[in-house]
Formats: sequence, structure tokens, C-alpha cells
Amino acid sequence: MSETVETTTDTETTTVDQDAPLRVENLEKRFGGIVAVDDTSFDVQRGTITGLIGPNGAGKSTTFNCITGALNPTGGEVYFQGEKVTGMRPEQIANRGMVRTFQIARALSEMTVLENLMLAPKAQSGETLWRSVMPGARSGVVEQEYEVRERVWETLEFFEIDHLAYEEAGNLSGGQQKLLEMSRAMMTEPEMLLLDEPMAGVNPTLEEKLLDRIHSLREDGYTFLLVEHDMDIIMENCERVLVMHQGKLLADGDPEDIRSNDQVIEAYLGEDI
Amino acid sequence: MTASETGSATARARISGWVKKTDRRFIASTVAFVYGLFAILIVLEQGLGLGTVNSIFGAWRTITFLFAAYALITLALNLHWGYTGMFNIGIAGFMAVGIYTMGMLSTSPDALSGQGLGLPLPIGILGGMIAAALVGLLAAIPALRVSSDYFAIVTLGLSEIIRLAAGSRTLSKWTTNTFGFGTGGGSGMDLPGRPTDSILDTSIGESFAELFVIDPGRIDLLLFEIGGEEVTLVSSSILSDFLWSLIMLLVMAGVYWLVRRIGYSPFGRVLKAIREDELVAQSLGKDTRRFKIKVFMVGCALMGLAGILWQGSQGFANPNSFRPVITFYAFIALIIGGSGSNTGSVVGSLLFVGLLFEGPRQVGAIISARFNLGNAPGTFDGAIAPLADFSFQPFLAYAIDNIAPLQFVLLGVVLIVIIQKRPNGMFGDRTETAAAVNLGKQEGNDE
Repeated sequence: MSETVETTTDTETTTVDQDAPLRVENLEKRFGGIVAVDDTSFDVQRGTITGLIGPNGAGKSTTFNCITGALNPTGGEVYFQGEKVTGMRPEQIANRGMVRTFQIARALSEMTVLENLMLAPKAQSGETLWRSVMPGARSGVVEQEYEVRERVWETLEFFEIDHLAYEEAGNLSGGQQKLLEMSRAMMTEPEMLLLDEPMAGVNPTLEEKLLDRIHSLREDGYTFLLVEHDMDIIMENCERVLVMHQGKLLADGDPEDIRSNDQVIEAYLGEDI
Repeated sequence: MTASETGSATARARISGWVKKTDRRFIASTVAFVYGLFAILIVLEQGLGLGTVNSIFGAWRTITFLFAAYALITLALNLHWGYTGMFNIGIAGFMAVGIYTMGMLSTSPDALSGQGLGLPLPIGILGGMIAAALVGLLAAIPALRVSSDYFAIVTLGLSEIIRLAAGSRTLSKWTTNTFGFGTGGGSGMDLPGRPTDSILDTSIGESFAELFVIDPGRIDLLLFEIGGEEVTLVSSSILSDFLWSLIMLLVMAGVYWLVRRIGYSPFGRVLKAIREDELVAQSLGKDTRRFKIKVFMVGCALMGLAGILWQGSQGFANPNSFRPVITFYAFIALIIGGSGSNTGSVVGSLLFVGLLFEGPRQVGAIISARFNLGNAPGTFDGAIAPLADFSFQPFLAYAIDNIAPLQFVLLGVVLIVIIQKRPNGMFGDRTETAAAVNLGKQEGNDE
């Protein structure tokens, strides 16, 4: 951890480290007697792709869920853009610009791909009930729908799933659903994307496409935190790798460091990395 | 032969294509089908004659009224369950809240049973809707913390609490020295009469009713011989009921418009997302609790309105009218039509009322009018035993005699068949895109 951050624990504001939008401090999550995440601290640098790896049951997904608000951590803090977001509800965290995807793609099955993407943009005026219903106010809603529609088509084309636009999301293949999830997350205009195993169940062609998109988005300044099972993907695509084992952070460094780290090799026991 | 077969096949395809082209056509065709069916059934029961006209209108009156009533609650239920996936099985309770509040606001202070403030009817109706929405809020806030199955139990429990409270002696009369409220308890509550009834008492109304009376002097042209008496084609009581049903149909059209507008909007899009996967909606920054509470309150207000227009039209409310079975009927109507579809809710209600609710009784009436089945045996044994001697008559008579309980068997069978063969109902598999505009890719802002 090269950056030192001045933290005052009893207030919510800290000196913002402009280069690390996400900071996790001493995160802990217990389920009864089981400690799934144990005193884990790390940060994620702006404009990078950071990988989070570890064997099954290492606590990666739990860490993810604690960061994004799907679970409440039992200890420690999560800071996003300098603001304490520990224990906030998922929608509050998403609205601050940290948006996630899921390990098993969660497309909204009985909605079309178009609807899936139209849903995502934040603060749509038509999400207020009376504006959507009242004859006068609705024209404003309609105006905004046109704007959103244009962005939706641009995003669909960027992810090359525009040919699936009218399909119900449940009919898409696993890999296409992963693309859909990511394009949907992009529609919220996030600061940072947390991708939970984005390549699981994706065929090699689509995988390449997905990685392409991730890299070109990173060049645009987006920040990524990737949980991944597949070592090769992490090693080839991430600038920085975090390794978790039995709920603890085992190693933190660039892919070369990780490859030669004895503890990591032991944790993966015989797995060639 | 093959040529005529293909001919009839294409004709059938063309007709079904025409019917399915727009929702309006589909609803109109279903209406024509059900009303035509009942005209035929009545003729089968009573034969042709001038009196039959009155009977046909009598049957249509019942269907129209029940259709409008069920369509109203089914549309509201569709908002809860079809759009948002909120499993509300307490519809009857919210209807009761609507009607009892209306009564306590608008019933005259010196009514025989139950007491109100005697305020104008519109205030009573509005108050009833608001009260139903507030009770919905009360139910929703704690219940939204639990998962959907528990939510269902909460709503069912609440609806029973409301029904029992309405029937309790404690609340039947509550008076201070200046004014009083009261539900009337088990003996029910008097309600203001239907405002439409007074229309028929005016001179315009009377001359309207005259149109349906045949003066023998005027109809020498007709082929019928009617023996010099005045014949009422459609009685004025049926006409006044029709007038009320017309109001209910208009309200239903308004609710249809409202629910549809909610569906085709960003708000409706979030509702659909909540139904599909609430965590996804939250992860995209939607405060799903607020959406659920809002939509629950709107649906409950509509259920309260349905209760007022439906049960309130009889000038009298009784706690026993709000048993949970009404709720389950609404679910059956929605499942037939296809959950998630507003057109499906309307069509499903009509088919439920026509074919499942009123139809069997009518068929029973035909059989007992046309065939002399003799006295129905008093016991099930008495109905079954003669079957051994291939004597079906007692069994049939027994079945006709018990047509109401048998209806439940029919409902169950229909439900099982639909869920197995067509779980999406008639319209459920149709894509109704939740957006205020056409989402097709196009240049410019032309829709």
C-alpha cells in the first residue's frame, strides 16, 4: 500500500485520495461462527483494472457483496470517493457511481434487451409516478425517453448486441447475458464497475469481445474491480492483482509478483500459475 | 373436400388474425362471444318469445355488472402481482376498507343500521379510496421487509382482520354527543343509494324506459300475437341496473387507461424489474421500497374504489361479502387473462364471469327446464347408487341441484389445466414493452 491516507475514524469525511476511488479498511463479515472475510484492507486505483482472485471459498464474492451493499459487513469500513458507504443500501451505493454485475448473470428475463438497458439510467423523471401519469407532465417524460433511447442504441452497438435488442433477455446465451449485464451497468454512467466473474460461462470469442470492451472503457477512464476464477485472464489483463485466501488478503501486487509469491502458490496448491 | 377444408382453415386464420390485430377488437369479440352465448343459453332455456327478451337482458345485466366489478379488481391486482410481483391476497379487505369508509362518511346519521356523517357521495368515495390506500401503506411498510410469500400471509391476515372488525359488535356503533360512526356490525351497514337510480325517475328517464315497453296498438306489424296486453321488453329495474353498470364500465375504462399508462412508463419499467429480480433493480440504483409502497397504495385505492362501486351499489354492505374467495376469483381471472397484461385482465374477467361463474348455473337451469329429472336425491349415496343400474337421472339431478359447489371443482380443474398448458394465460406471453415511446432505432423523434 504505497498511498498513505489520513483517516479520521470518527467522522465520515476523510482526506480524499484522488487516485483511489475505492478503499476497503479492515473489512470483516461473519456468518454465525464462520468468518467469511477477516480483516481485509485494500484500495483500487482510478483508471485501472484490478483483479481479485482466490480459491473457492476465499471470500471474494462476500467481499464484493459487502462493498456493494448486498450484505452488511460486521466490521470495518468501505469508502467510495472518500465517502463512507459502509452499510448503505445497494441503490444508495449504485447511485454514488459504484455499479456491480453478478456472478451468475442476472438478466431481467422477461424484459427485452432494450427494456433492460432503458431501466438503468439514473434519476429518470418518469420514475416519479405522477409525472408518468399526468397528461401535462408526461410529455417531459417522453422527451427524456427519446434521449435515453438514443444512448441505449449507442451502448448496444458498442457491445455489439444490437441485433438482440428486441429479444427477451431470458432467451440470450450465458455469454450474451454477461454482455447485457455490463452494457446495462454502463447505462448508469458509473465511476467504477465491479464485475463478479464476468467471464464465467462465456465462450472464447465472446470472452475476447468482453475483454476488448473492458480495456477500451478503461482507456476512457473507467475503474474496474474484477473477481475472476480464471488465473490466465487476471494475469493477462490486470495491472494489479489482489489474492484472497480463507477470508484474508494474502497478496497484493502486479501479476509478476503474484506469480512468484510462494504463499499464493501454496494456497492454490499445485495449481500452475 | 380438401379444398373446402383449406378454405375454412384460411377463413378461420383470417378471422383470428382480424380479432387479434388490436386489443379493442379482441375485447369486443370476447364481449360479443359471451353475450351471444348467454342469449343462446337463455333461448334454449325459455324458448323464443317476447318475455325471453327480458330474460336475456336480465342475464346480460348480471354479466355486465360482474364483468365490470371483476375487471376493476383484476386490473388493480395486475398492478400488484402482474407488474410488481407483489403477492397480495387481501383484496377483499381493501375493498371492505373502501366501502366502510365511504359508508361512515356518506351514510345518513340516522340510518337504520350503521351510522355515517351524511357527507356528499363524492367525498365518501374519495375518502374510501384514500383510506384503502392508507391501510395499504400500513400493511406495506412492515411487510416489505419480508419476502413475498410472507407478504401474502400478511395481506390475507389483514383482510380477515378487517372483515372481522367490520362485523364486530364493538365497532357497530360509536357515538359521542355530537356525531357518531358505526359499521353496523354483523347486521351490515346501510349505504347511500345509487345516484343513477334517480335518473330513471325523471321524465327523460321515464320516456327512455318507455322505449322498451311494447304497446300492442303499435306493433300490429310484428308477427307475434301477444293478446292485447302491454308487454315490457326490458323491465325498468333491469334498465336502472344497466345504467349503473355503464358507470362502472366507464370507471373501468378509466382505470384501464391509468394502469396502462403506468405500465408504459419508466415507473412501470422499474416495477417490472422488481418483479423479475429486485436485487438487480437495487444494484442499478432504484430505491425499490419506495416504488413498491407507491404502487401498492395505488392498487389498494383502486381496490377500495372497486369495493365501493360493486358492493356499495346494493345500498347495503355486509361483512360476509368480503370473504377471501373474492380475492381468489380475481386471481383466477388474472391467470386466465395472463398476468402482466391489462388487456388480459379485462378479457380474463369477462371469460371468468361468463364461462366459469355464471355459465354453469345457466347450463344447469337449461337442463332442469328442458328435462324432467324428478326430485334430486338428498344424499350423495342416493345419487351414486342408481348408477350401478345405469340409471343416470338421479345423479344428474343431484349434480344440477349442487351446481354451486360443483363450480369450485370446475374452477380448480380449469386452473390446473391453464397452469399446465398455458401458464402465461391468454396474453401473458405477449411482449408489452415498458417504455413511454417506441424503442425502435430511428433518427429523429418521430414515434
